[in-house]
Amino acid sequence: MTRLLPLVAGLLFGFGLILSGMIDPERVLGFLDVAGRWNPSLALVMGGAVVVTLPAFAYVRRTGHSLSGASIALPDRRRLTRRLILGSALFGAGWGLAGICPGPGLVIATAGSREALVFLVSMLAGMALYAGWSRWQTAGAAPAPEAR
Amino acid sequence: MTTELLHALLGGLLIGSAAALLLLGRGEIAGISGVLGNLLEGRAGGLAWRLLFLAGLLCAPLLWRLSGGTLAVGFPLGGPAIAAAGLLVGFGTRLGSGCTSGHGVCGLGNLSLRSLVATATFMGVAALTVFLVRHALPGGAS
Repeated sequence: MTRLLPLVAGLLFGFGLILSGMIDPERVLGFLDVAGRWNPSLALVMGGAVVVTLPAFAYVRRTGHSLSGASIALPDRRRLTRRLILGSALFGAGWGLAGICPGPGLVIATAGSREALVFLVSMLAGMALYAGWSRWQTAGAAPAPEAR
Repeated sequence: MTTELLHALLGGLLIGSAAALLLLGRGEIAGISGVLGNLLEGRAGGLAWRLLFLAGLLCAPLLWRLSGGTLAVGFPLGGPAIAAAGLLVGFGTRLGSGCTSGHGVCGLGNLSLRSLVATATFMGVAALTVFLVRHALPGGAS
C-alpha cells in the first residue's frame, strides 16, 4: 500500500485541480484580474489546501519524521536568494499570460487540445533549458544547489 | 457562485490532502515543477515515487471524463503567446525552486519565509501581467 501511496496522492491532487477550477485558464485569469471583474473564488483553493498542509508540516517539523518513522529533511525556509525572486517573477509572468501553472498544464494536456499541448511542450522545454543552463553554471563554479 | 466557492474549497482540501499524504507517508514535497524537473533531469533517486505521482495526476482527468465529467478549458491566447508563457513557467519555476504547489500549498503550509516571498512574487507579477494585457496595453479587453 505504501508503495502505491504516491499514485493515490497524484490522483487526489489531480481531482482537486479539476474540481477547484484551477485547470480553467479563464477562471484563473479572472482571479488574477484584480482591476477587472475580479473573481476571488480561487483564493479558497490555496486557502483550503494550506489548512490541511499546515498541521501535516507542523507534525513533521516537530518530530522530524514521517508517520512510518522515516526521517524527513524539509527544504530550507529562510534563505532569500536572487534566483528565488527572479524565478518566481518569470513564473508569474507566464502564469499571468496563459493562466496555467504546471499542475493544470499536465492535466489539461490529457484533453489533447492543440493549445494545451503547445503549453505542455514549451513548459517542458523551459525546464530542460533550465537544466542545461544550471549544468553549464555548475561546470564553472559549484554553487550550493537549492533542492526543489 | 456558491457552487463555485464550494468547489474551490473542496478542490483545495483535496490538493492539501494529497500533499499531506505524500509528506506524512513518504516524506516528499508535492511540488509539480519539482517532480517534473527532477524527472527531466534524470535524477536517479526518487524516480519511482515521482513517476507514480505523475501517473496519478494524469489518470485523474481520464477517470473524470470516463465518469461523465467535462474539462472546461478556454484559452485566451494564440499559439505563440502560449508557447512563450510555457517557456516562462517552465524556466521560472525551476529557477525559483517551486510553483503554486511547491511554494504555495506546501511552502506556506510549512510556514516558510522563502515560499511566502516566492508566492507573493509570482502572484503579484501574474496580477500585474493580467493588468497590462487586459487593461493597459492597446488591444486589451477594457
